[in-house]
Amino acid sequence: MTEKTRLATVWLGGCSGCHMSFLDMDEFLFDLADRVDVVYSPLADIKEFPDGVDLTLVEGAVANDDNLELARLLRARSTTVVSFGDCAVTGNVTAMRNPLGDPQAILRRVYVDKVDRDGAIPDDRPVVPALLPRVLPLHQVIDVDVYLPGCPPPAARIRDAVVGILDGTLPRERGEGIRFG
Amino acid sequence: MPEVRRSIAITIDDTEIDAYEGESILQAARRFGIKIPSMCYLEGLSVWGACRICVVEVAGQHQPRPACATLVVEDMEVRTNTARLQSHRRTILELLFAEGNHVCAVCVSNGNCELQDRAVEAGMDHVRFDYRNPLRPVDATHPKYVFDPNRCIVCTRCVRVCDEIEGAHVWDVASRGHQAHLVTELGQPWGRSSSCTWCGKCVASCPTGALFYQGSAVGESVHAPDLVARLVAARRDHEWFPPVESPTSPNEQNGDDR
Ligand code: SF4
Ligand code: SF4
Ligand code: FES
Repeated sequence: MTEKTRLATVWLGGCSGCHMSFLDMDEFLFDLADRVDVVYSPLADIKEFPDGVDLTLVEGAVANDDNLELARLLRARSTTVVSFGDCAVTGNVTAMRNPLGDPQAILRRVYVDKVDRDGAIPDDRPVVPALLPRVLPLHQVIDVDVYLPGCPPPAARIRDAVVGILDGTLPRERGEGIRFG
Repeated sequence: MPEVRRSIAITIDDTEIDAYEGESILQAARRFGIKIPSMCYLEGLSVWGACRICVVEVAGQHQPRPACATLVVEDMEVRTNTARLQSHRRTILELLFAEGNHVCAVCVSNGNCELQDRAVEAGMDHVRFDYRNPLRPVDATHPKYVFDPNRCIVCTRCVRVCDEIEGAHVWDVASRGHQAHLVTELGQPWGRSSSCTWCGKCVASCPTGALFYQGSAVGESVHAPDLVARLVAARRDHEWFPPVESPTSPNEQNGDDR
């Protein structure tokens, strides 16, 4: 038996919709399970991103220092990194705060100005990670090998990309497979 | 008397075609079913030549030329899809995406957007430039329409259709370079405009989700850019133009656009 591919999925600054769409691959997940071992994922209880990962799907933009640290770690420990979904690829909804500027001003507005009483910005580090000045797409922080846009990418699109990567047959021209939104 | 137009032999991607004198490379190519991507060009309006997505190579000329703004000349040899042009087009698209705030997932035009379609055709799977993320307030003061400059690519189709076809001239471009942006009524909110006739032609012509009907939700805005060419033809041929049941207006079943 050939060795299974070590697959990780990571959840940064996103809504988890990409992971839901991943689960929407339904019975194909059984076929996938024959070919991969899931070694890290928000869908599995594994605390530390392991060494020697073959393929990592990253959902979400890089929005806080926790995201940044995990992004750098997963890059160092993965062979192939996929920007999984629009937030990872473009910043998308997560980055909609960028035009408003300083995140402290936004936090103050949400947690202090707009509450009736005793408002305070949550800052219990490191439990609550600090926001980065700007939300960034993944490829502005680490090298990315494959882009898989979509909000979320439909299950069929995820399947095609994952199978293409596993088989080494992912085409350069992917037509509708790269549409944002 | 029908117009007699001199024909001019040109070659586009190794196909010889009979172009008309006074016609652009883009117009000639379209008549023969040769696809050249365009965005600011809209049949029926004057030529603006600003977006540069329609660039082609002309034999003997070093610089690529905008096909919509370059007239055919005898024996011209045109290439529409070389590796260099593909790379230029992709770069132009990435710059457009990096310049504004295009969040397709929450856009009224998601799935019905010329910018999005051009990006798919160009194989743009990510943007290599830093996003500018400018702060651009939305103008929702008009009772019927909304202008969201975050999605505006300053193609000026709305400016031209309002001026040239409707004759109202509500829209203008203010400032220059990356500051260039659209204004209504010389900088007044659209809702206070006394020259806007509520005709909806700007909304029909917009290639993106920058102009849409009030109350449109994600993916609901469908534009009708071919309306302009049909109107121009009907006026020229003195044909009755049936009232348009606007596909972009979710709240108006009677299509009473004036
Ligand atoms: S205008 Fe087009 S490209 Fe821009 S956000 Fe909307 S769908 Fe996306
Ligand atoms: S509002 Fe639409 S039609 Fe007008 S310039 Fe912007 S993108 Fe073009
Ligand atoms: S379509 Fe030719 S420059 Fe825009």
